[in-house]
Amino acid sequence: MTIPISYYLILSAIVFFTGVMGVLIRRNIIAILLSVELMLNATNINFVAFSHHLQDLGGQVFVFFALTVAAAEVAVGLAIIIALHRSRSTINVEEFNLLKW
Amino acid sequence: MSQLFFGYFAGMIAITSILVVALRNPVYSALSLLVMFFHVAGLFITLHAEFLAAVQIIVYAGAILVLYLFVVMILNVTQDDRYHSQWLIAGVVCIPLFIESILLLSGGAGALNTGSPSLQSEPHEAITANNTLAIGKTLFSTYLFPFEVASLVLLVAMIGAIVIAKRDIGEHDA
Repeated sequence: MTIPISYYLILSAIVFFTGVMGVLIRRNIIAILLSVELMLNATNINFVAFSHHLQDLGGQVFVFFALTVAAAEVAVGLAIIIALHRSRSTINVEEFNLLKW
Repeated sequence: MSQLFFGYFAGMIAITSILVVALRNPVYSALSLLVMFFHVAGLFITLHAEFLAAVQIIVYAGAILVLYLFVVMILNVTQDDRYHSQWLIAGVVCIPLFIESILLLSGGAGALNTGSPSLQSEPHEAITANNTLAIGKTLFSTYLFPFEVASLVLLVAMIGAIVIAKRDIGEHDA
């Protein structure tokens, strides 16, 4: 018994929209970055499901690259958070309004 | 049997991903994200992507999440984290997109399942029992240039993180 590809797509959609909700409604900047990780993982699930479905390894290789970019994003993002916390001593995103219109 | 595994992993992934957003303490959010990473790795194993499952656990659970916990604890986040006042925007963005994707999937699922054999015109390097060997061959032949670019991305991120997070030299005296 094999699982239809649409099940994986629905699971990935649920995880992705949970991540979008998290980015939009959380105030803690670390929680926002964690929600970005949720979205990246949703795309990874999609890539691997299609790689299995089409019997093509390209999808798994792209998950590898997505992992690389996620690691780079986390390193730079957390460095920015530390620099922000040093200068403003808060991590609430509503306090950061210097570039707001 | 595979449906049982898929049901368990999918249910746990959905529940823990909602918990990541719903829990207020960032440490608990990070820990439920850890549980989610392990279940995504399990899902990869059921999809015969054993190498990626190992990489998922080592890189995500081992490196990225430890970095998150490190920063959460170095910043000592104790203040009460309330939700944003953007519920309306979030609802307007998410609910139509979600309904849209469900409609697309329910309408296109039959076509997707039946039309797939025509797509696999030439199985690239058919996913064999030796998953790591096949990924290595693909990575170092077809995707050699993106692989080198990925190493450059990592180098730039490493230097950038050090430069951004470094305390300025003269700042300590002032």
